[in-house]
Amino acid sequence: MIKPAEWQLALPLALAFASIFLAPLLMLVGVSFFNDDKISQPGLAQWAKFLGDPFSYKVIADTLLLGVKTVCATIVVGYPLALVYLDAPPRLQKVMIFVIVMPLLLSVVVRTFAWIVVLGREGVINQLLISLGIISEPLRLLQTELGLVISLTQIEMPLMLLPLISVMSRLDPNLRDASAALGASRWRTLFTVIVPLSMPGLVAGCLLVFASSTTAFISQTVIGGVRLIYLPLLIWQQSLVVFNWPFAAVVSITLLISVLTVVSALSWLGRRSGGYVHG
Amino acid sequence: MQSTPAARTLDVEDLTVRYGAALAVDGVTLAIEPGEVVALLGPSGCGKTTLLRVIAGFVRQASGRVRVDGATIDHLPANQRNIGIVFQNYALFPHMTVAENVAYGLRARGVRSSEVQARISRFLDIVQLAGFRERLPRQLSGGQQQRVALARALAVEPSILLLDEPFAALDRNLRLDMQIEVKRLQRTLGLTTILVTHDQDEAMSVADRIAVMNKGKVEQFDTPVAIYDRPQTLFVNGFIGTTNLMNGKVAALHDGTATVVLDAGASFSLSAPAKISVGASVLISVRPEQLALSSVPGPGAWKIQPGLSLPLGAQLVHEARTVDGASLKIVEPRRASPADTARVYCTLAADARPTLFPRST
Ligand SMILES: Nc1ncnc2c1ncn2[C@@H]1O[C@H](COP(=O)(O)OP(=O)(O)OP(=O)(O)O)[C@@H](O)[C@H]1O
Ligand SMILES: [Mg+2]
Repeated sequence: MIKPAEWQLALPLALAFASIFLAPLLMLVGVSFFNDDKISQPGLAQWAKFLGDPFSYKVIADTLLLGVKTVCATIVVGYPLALVYLDAPPRLQKVMIFVIVMPLLLSVVVRTFAWIVVLGREGVINQLLISLGIISEPLRLLQTELGLVISLTQIEMPLMLLPLISVMSRLDPNLRDASAALGASRWRTLFTVIVPLSMPGLVAGCLLVFASSTTAFISQTVIGGVRLIYLPLLIWQQSLVVFNWPFAAVVSITLLISVLTVVSALSWLGRRSGGYVHG
Repeated sequence: MQSTPAARTLDVEDLTVRYGAALAVDGVTLAIEPGEVVALLGPSGCGKTTLLRVIAGFVRQASGRVRVDGATIDHLPANQRNIGIVFQNYALFPHMTVAENVAYGLRARGVRSSEVQARISRFLDIVQLAGFRERLPRQLSGGQQQRVALARALAVEPSILLLDEPFAALDRNLRLDMQIEVKRLQRTLGLTTILVTHDQDEAMSVADRIAVMNKGKVEQFDTPVAIYDRPQTLFVNGFIGTTNLMNGKVAALHDGTATVVLDAGASFSLSAPAKISVGASVLISVRPEQLALSSVPGPGAWKIQPGLSLPLGAQLVHEARTVDGASLKIVEPRRASPADTARVYCTLAADARPTLFPRST
């Protein structure tokens, strides 16, 4: 019997991927180069309309900024959590992993609606702040970017914590002791040893959180409402409300390119710092 | 330029460490002299690393104290103890160059940068790695990494040096070089040093005194010669060097001297431990080089069945079996003429110091 070459074995899968991912993408690109919503006259009118409108740039900027803010918030909350995890006794670590992974087992829709209950005028946060006497009027959190970032931080947290924890727990625990024995304080050890060595995990986490939060259509619309406009909402409006598919295609490609640009910049950074860990 | 700091004493007093319910270190007491090298020797899992980690301040003891120059250091965090440590796996910072690794402790102490540069050069010279400043640890061999770890620990001029099996990963020749090197450095810097090892030859050659540990306890703390010649417990006796054990009974006791009759047939006198009575079953331990083969019977000779004879360097190792079934190893210097085959008796050599242990049944 003749053994097939390795690339031949991979062929069916490659074909499946091509038809499932590549073909629709090419169609999307194709659709964007039509002028009318009947997709009959080829032309650059939709691109000109989108790129000529200052509003488009504001939406792109807002979307990327939302990603950046969410990434920052997940780092601020997630990094200390990962450090706590690292120091916790094994039994507590098991509980923590369960709590971290659990949100992934729930539908995004359920998690998002839970945040409505938490963030609303009569919600948990407002009631707590009022009963503590910190504020007298309920804060407006729903349909604000602050509320959206707060909920996205929780929703995307597993994507930050899992890569961070997996990289950190592979670090030699003796490195921290070596640093202390050489006279370094805990802070110095953190910033000169632990942070640089956990960079690959941090970068991977940022990458996932950024890609996921900039495209989180359900959370963006349900918590942000229609007044906060991000690229995914624009795509939805154009494709399913106004039925202007060419314009929706233009916005989709813009979203894809802007997220990919940031993500590849991040992963380039990640590769640069990646060599230290397994060395 | 080189200011040798005054060497410190290190006292470990009745130290006990628990991991959960398990005792890792069990009432260890060691009084270490200034500038002394002490080897912690013992089988895997006996608590050697744990003891070092308590002294360095990484692990808290359940009870007991650690003193440097008489002052307890138990309340000090690891970064204020000024104790240098070289880890079993070196634990070099993988993202820093050799020079940055050596400079790490100096920068943490806020040493001026001109002084930092001077000390990097000096200590890399000492460990003969001057040309490797800009390499990353993963670009070094095991022995080179180990020397960087040593330079890093020494650069901050610690008052005590702890070495956790620093030579374990090195091949034989390099190990010998490094042992000599460490000993020389430790002498010139006047450093009180603890060296963990489970290689008894290493302990014998490098250490001034050896603490033999077993199951969290120190079984004997003495000079290498004393540990070899006068083991206090059966464990130390079996752990250090090779030895022959023979069964016997105490026939008479007189002024701390016991007359012992071997089950194999001979009888002789030797100094008795405190708690021994007439008629007690005992084990007699004799080193292979303290036994001799003979062709004449006598009261101090017992019959053996000779086995193989193997040359081992400048020596000849004979295997033999006694009439009661114990197997013996006997070492003789190799002679020009081959040994005759009629030597079927075994005796104690002239300078033999057999040791007596009560036999627990
Ligand atoms: N972090 C820990 N948690 C629980 N038990 C531990 C821990 N570290 C060590 N032990 C246990 O304590 C005992 C002593 O361990 P230690 O590492 O001190 O041994 P060691 O003498 O250094 O052995 P080796 O020669 O193999 O390095 C062992 O039984 C070990 O299983
Ligand atoms: Mg050990």
